[in-house]
Amino acid sequence: MISVLGSGVVGLCVATALHEAGHEIEVIAPEHSPPPVSWLAGGMLAPFCEGESAPEVIVTRGQSAVDWWTAHVPDVVRRGTLVLAAPRDAGELDRFARATRGHGWVAPEALEPAVSGRFARGLFFAAEAHLDPRAALTALRRRLLAVGVAFRDGAPRGRVVDCTGIAARAALRDLRAVRGEMLELHAPDVALTRSIRLLHPRFPVYIVPRGAGRYMVGATMVESDDAGGITARAVMELLSAAYTVHPGFAEGEVITTAAGLRPSFPNNLPAIRHVGDVIHVNGMYRHGFLMAPALALDLVSVLAKEPAHAH
Amino acid sequence: MFYGTDLNTRLMLGTAQYPSPEVLRAAISASGAEVITVSLRREGPGGTGFRDILQDSGCRILPNTAGCHTVREAVTTAHMARELFGTPWIKLEVIGHADTLQPDPFALVEAARILCAEGFDVFPYTTEDLIVGEKLIEAGCRVLMPWGAPIGSGQGLRNIGGLRAMRAHFPQVPLVIDAGIGAPSQAMLAMELGFDAVLLNTAVAKALDPVTMARAFAQAITAGRLAREAGLMPARDMAQASTPVFGMAELLA
Repeated sequence: MISVLGSGVVGLCVATALHEAGHEIEVIAPEHSPPPVSWLAGGMLAPFCEGESAPEVIVTRGQSAVDWWTAHVPDVVRRGTLVLAAPRDAGELDRFARATRGHGWVAPEALEPAVSGRFARGLFFAAEAHLDPRAALTALRRRLLAVGVAFRDGAPRGRVVDCTGIAARAALRDLRAVRGEMLELHAPDVALTRSIRLLHPRFPVYIVPRGAGRYMVGATMVESDDAGGITARAVMELLSAAYTVHPGFAEGEVITTAAGLRPSFPNNLPAIRHVGDVIHVNGMYRHGFLMAPALALDLVSVLAKEPAHAH
Repeated sequence: MFYGTDLNTRLMLGTAQYPSPEVLRAAISASGAEVITVSLRREGPGGTGFRDILQDSGCRILPNTAGCHTVREAVTTAHMARELFGTPWIKLEVIGHADTLQPDPFALVEAARILCAEGFDVFPYTTEDLIVGEKLIEAGCRVLMPWGAPIGSGQGLRNIGGLRAMRAHFPQVPLVIDAGIGAPSQAMLAMELGFDAVLLNTAVAKALDPVTMARAFAQAITAGRLAREAGLMPARDMAQASTPVFGMAELLA
């Protein structure tokens, strides 16, 4: 028996992979615990774009995420990522192109007619995708329940795999929080069909369509463990960037604002760590949905090499 | 030299925008920097995790007031910095315009006066304006940090004539070029002009390989410093042969 602690993106991916590998599992997720920060994620499966600042391992391992999610949840949108910059920041596009691969230059309006006339050129990452984090996690949970996996409160009955993110800080001393702030808009006048990244020297943002006129706009990166609500500054930065992409966002309704803490190791790479008898899968930083499937499969291999603990 | 502290390395490094704290640490190490700057305004008291990593680097911390737009904000942030880092050093930035991030010289002088009187060692981020520089000295600053160009712009030394005049006008004051440096050649030029150090961030942090770029800047700054000490030859309008031409053997038959 393996007890998976946490029902965020890591916990549910780990539980799914372990179950598929034939392990008997339970998920420890107290009924009234706050919703996982994964719900606030962009849900972008964008390994090539992340390569702008992330090491190569994120680009290579992250590529499997699109297929993994497509195989496990409905509604993965495989329409690529469009990267844009305001005319005065056009140099940022050239830098982004140099720092990444898997892209081609496009006329943005050919892909997204809604941005017609505002951007002369853009970078298109055709192999990337996005999903709605909350819907995807709800679907994963339903799958696990359907095959008889117990979600329960109380003491773990099996070997513990801790997937509790920043809550595991006491056990993982080099884990720090990187605060992220996001908001959601209902802007039915804006018709965008794929993830858009707007490059900006000071506050780069992304816009992810959630369907039915809803858009997620994120996210700030602040070296802070303050979990308080979104700051006015963040709202202004995110909305001004969204407005740059499409003025129609100004007429949208702000339906959600939120802030969360990204659990991050010093190299900003996720890892599987052994602390005493507990295995931790943590440090997802900004790569939760991108890297959780790969980490979950790594964990299956780790356990397969430990016959004493495998069952 | 900087408030009684001598530095072996003339490069000061900012700590924002790196791909990860690990890359930042490696870049600091490759640069040989002994002084690193860190912002507090946005991170606030919750930024302990990142600040601990910076303090573990063994570098002297120069906290800054980046993001402050008023005297009061800057003074409050300086107080917080002194409490968190236990240092009287403060890089004083009072931003005058959110878009160009250019310093507000009036608020800067006022904040410098308050902080110097409270015992801070103030490193003011200023323009190359001589009178503002004089007012800052008069307020108690013993270092001036003129910009090369707007923060993060990578334009290098936009007003070389003005910066030369500043060097000549303040021969005894340590002057640090702060902001706007995009390439090692620009940092080297600053050192050749006689500036005492260069502070930069984006050019290293946003390089495709920050660690290698940190090393490139370190070497350029060392070269520029050596060139200054060695005495640069003056530029001339005419060619001047290294060997006299008169009296040479007639080689043509």
